Amino acid sequence: MELTVTDLAVGRGGVPVLAGVGFTLRAGQALVLRGPNGSGKTTLLRTVAGLQLPMAGTVAGADDRIAYAAHADGLKAALTVAENLRFWASVFGQSDIAPALAAFDLEELVDRPAGRLSAGQKRRLGLARLMVTGRDVWVLDEPTVSLDAASVALFAEAVRGHLARGGAALMATHIDLGIEAETLDVSGFRAAAAEMDAADEAFL
Amino acid sequence: MRALFFRDLALALRAGGGFGLGLAFFLIVVVLVPFSVGPQSALLTQIAPGVLWLGALLACLLSLDRLLAVDWEDGALDLLATSPLPLEGIVAVKAAAHWVTTGLPLVLAAPVLGVLLNLAPSGYGVLVLSLALGTPALSMIGAFGAALTVGIKRGGLLLSLLVLPLYVPTLIFGAEAARRAAEGLDSGTPLLLLAGITLAVLAAMPFAAGAVLRVNLR
Repeated sequence: MELTVTDLAVGRGGVPVLAGVGFTLRAGQALVLRGPNGSGKTTLLRTVAGLQLPMAGTVAGADDRIAYAAHADGLKAALTVAENLRFWASVFGQSDIAPALAAFDLEELVDRPAGRLSAGQKRRLGLARLMVTGRDVWVLDEPTVSLDAASVALFAEAVRGHLARGGAALMATHIDLGIEAETLDVSGFRAAAAEMDAADEAFL
Repeated sequence: MRALFFRDLALALRAGGGFGLGLAFFLIVVVLVPFSVGPQSALLTQIAPGVLWLGALLACLLSLDRLLAVDWEDGALDLLATSPLPLEGIVAVKAAAHWVTTGLPLVLAAPVLGVLLNLAPSGYGVLVLSLALGTPALSMIGAFGAALTVGIKRGGLLLSLLVLPLYVPTLIFGAEAARRAAEGLDSGTPLLLLAGITLAVLAAMPFAAGAVLRVNLR
């Protein structure tokens, strides 16, 4: 398995943000995206996950392989932890949620409605969802937001396990997870501001 | 697909899910009409099929803005879009769940509320039949409207304006069928046309809704 991104240009609302991004992600490999706020990490991740179209370039090997996790966890407050997880498992054609519950220490919370979890617990449940998708490539946008140190360790352990099983991970994060990972600083790929010609200037 | 359907049903039935909102609205409209029209039972009998159909349509409209907006707000729609389910299927399943939680209760409540409006006895059967044939189209068209307006803050107004013209054919033929039956006339033709509209909507709208949803998520 290999995810190859070639000469990718991405934009937000039609404005180019990043251009010329290229990397290859192989089985067992993790790639961490770094860059200041607003530098286009989320836009790049959404493009790789197929939620938006690239402005130029290609993403190869991503079809039906990606489990995406963003700032919003997509949890339903009225459903319990187990129901939330079981729903996502069956959407992805899986059935076993026990390993995911164990990996993120959610076993004591299985019958609690997701609406009554703390922010960190919700985040853990959102990350546990990745494990029930059965997909190889995890695309994670700031996965450690609102996690405490112990939960970050649980998450790092889960990622390590995923990589050991031949998976791959692409994530935007600012903290060091203690995982052997390559880093890609997206600020080096900033797209040049669109050049204006005289006709445009007349309207500014 | 089945998991999504049952999840939507479970969410609608639990606290805060909005189940019963449409039904309560329908009840309020039908209970208030006799007060506003006055004690003229002949007039009520005459307008009953139309009022029942209009009430059902507006009740259906009332719950549409939450159809996709909730999943959009909590990020579930993005996650569903990256799942193996096709967007067309997601929209169709959500429309089906909407019909079961909103349309079906309206169909079942209509004959009871028909009594309040002094509906002619010959009209009950066709009224229920026409609502049963017409409300699935209302849910599916509504899902298309919801897909068009997903991501727009307070998109409910825009949704209503977009969806109402598309509801008109269903309302015309549905109310016509119920009216003709109540007057003792043959209602076969409007029922067939109503069924035809619903079938066309069910066949085409999931693809239209899936396409606009794909554009809106990007």
